[in-house]
Amino acid sequence: MNITYREAMRAALRESLKQDERVFLMGEDVGRYGGCYAVSKGLLDEFGEERIRDTPLSESAFVGAGIGAALGGMRPIVEVMTVNFSLLCLDQIVNTAATLRHMSGGQFSVPVVLRMTTGAGRQLAAQHSHSLECWYAHVPGLRVIAPATLEDMRGMLRIALDDPDPVIIFEHNALYNREGELAEDVTVSEIRRAAVRRAGSDISLIAYGGNLIKALEAADELAKSGIAAEVIDLRSLRPLDDATILASVRKTRRAVLIDEGWCSGSLAAEIGMRISEQAFYDLDAPLARVCTAEVPIPYPGHLEQAALPQVATIVNKARELLGQNV
Amino acid sequence: MNDKPSQISREQGLQWLQDMLRIRRMEEKCAELYGEEKIRGFLHLYIGEEAVAAGVIPELAAEDAVVATYREHGHALVRGISMNAILAEMFGKQEGCSRGRGGSMHLFDAKTHFYGGNAIVSGGLPLAIGLALADKMQNRPGVTACFFGEGAVAEGEFHESLNLAALWQLPVLFVCENNLYAMGTALARSESVTDIHRKAESYGIDSTAVDGMDVMSVNTAARNALEKIRTQQVPVFLEMRTYRFRAHSMFDPELYREKAEVEQWKQLCPIATLSARLKAQQVIEDGDVAALEQATGEEIQAAVAFAEAGQWEPVEDLLKYVYTDSAQNTGQSGST
Repeated sequence: MNITYREAMRAALRESLKQDERVFLMGEDVGRYGGCYAVSKGLLDEFGEERIRDTPLSESAFVGAGIGAALGGMRPIVEVMTVNFSLLCLDQIVNTAATLRHMSGGQFSVPVVLRMTTGAGRQLAAQHSHSLECWYAHVPGLRVIAPATLEDMRGMLRIALDDPDPVIIFEHNALYNREGELAEDVTVSEIRRAAVRRAGSDISLIAYGGNLIKALEAADELAKSGIAAEVIDLRSLRPLDDATILASVRKTRRAVLIDEGWCSGSLAAEIGMRISEQAFYDLDAPLARVCTAEVPIPYPGHLEQAALPQVATIVNKARELLGQNV
Repeated sequence: MNDKPSQISREQGLQWLQDMLRIRRMEEKCAELYGEEKIRGFLHLYIGEEAVAAGVIPELAAEDAVVATYREHGHALVRGISMNAILAEMFGKQEGCSRGRGGSMHLFDAKTHFYGGNAIVSGGLPLAIGLALADKMQNRPGVTACFFGEGAVAEGEFHESLNLAALWQLPVLFVCENNLYAMGTALARSESVTDIHRKAESYGIDSTAVDGMDVMSVNTAARNALEKIRTQQVPVFLEMRTYRFRAHSMFDPELYREKAEVEQWKQLCPIATLSARLKAQQVIEDGDVAALEQATGEEIQAAVAFAEAGQWEPVEDLLKYVYTDSAQNTGQSGST
């Protein structure tokens, strides 16, 4: 069937709400408004106000309440509109959700699922456009995942809900309107492993979330000039799947890391370092990164696009590593 | 402030005395052990505020939840976490109530529904909202008692949480332990309105100021509040006006308040005043107090021995208790 990413997530929410009475969705505008990205549209009518729970603009309280409700035996899905706003509840996520299990000596797990959008590209200016998922991927105690395909958008939520620990799902806002074919009976059984989305032998393009699409387009472009790029979709940002990454790099001997976060301290920096630590002697070229320019995301479209990773930049970086003139 | 009822039964009086003495004497011992470097890190003593924990917590049912702060030894002890497990926790031993992973500020206990031990000021309030929400959504009778200091009132989370509790009519007992100082900052130096219970009223929450130095007043207020919460499924707010006799933490030189002020409050010592009242009413005798002191002393001695004899967790277990599936703990370590 033909379906958008938005519809895929909505189907996943509906399924989870039907399957498990402990599941409820809570967040800003998730109810009457239908979700600020229209993801939860229609769910209020179907499941009622108890389970599709509109919250005030109180990120800290409702995310903390999600953590408390998880402790109390519920399976809350908390939607924070964007990662930018999640900074208002950073304390609850980092100091409480991520630490409770450890500080209690293993007595209390926090099975909360937090959903938030990330990413730029819609001319929403700096305070609505940042990609801060690597901050969360920095924190032990959290699991961080980023669906990039329709299958994952449809299937990851159930696995996240089954996880006894806090899981953050980052949904790139540019994906919601994309359409594609999706089998009716899609099952995703693993979210911690990275996936090889396109096999290749000359260079590894390592991406996640919204940038997977750009990496795949870059691979198409490279194929025209005879370069076989392998495209890795990280899927899980914490834990990182070193095995899949290293297997690919050992085969292709070159890697470009694509990350919409800022270059300094990015997830790409972490992955690059892991490759250096574990596969340095397998490399035939320096590692390269395509990240966001070190600037708060600008409003004007041409500057915003100039700041973000682009297909052409990925293609050029790859060619450079292969010694081709760009 | 509510009136002090006059007559206390012998059984009740002795129970309160015992609860308060156990906190007081255990913490005095903690201060000593801190000096000996047996207890490390931060240590925030509750001495002076015992009437609040002793007056509120015994009124909770077994299924109710408690959310406390970093000054939570008293709450933990009265809630039923053993003194052994509390002291072992402060020693950092694996026999501690949090396996030694939390220390003084992070006492946890699943059995007694004790959810911390939260060292972020106001950080426990949203958690309490969620625990109460879970009770309500699952039609369970539980109440969540949330303790916090008056310093929490300046945090946004306080206001966000009160709003949600009132909006969603959640069974939460908010217990503000107003000891007048947020670390070293006096209430009047940090709040534009110092009548804290009035802030709760502004959210439509039933709210009272209580003499927090008098265990009977505390108890009466708690009992009334819990009855209202249980029967009407609404939050209630109690502002306990209390005082800590000791410094904020063991590192605090206490330059922010006059010694005379501290001495004045010590005259209101909840243990001494209750003891005197019970004796005056001939409900108890000197021998009763001596017997309580004796039993408490023995309990402390045994707890110290228990903590001393406790084991350090093997370093090989370092990465445990980060994720439920501990096999995943190595997933983020990176280097080979």
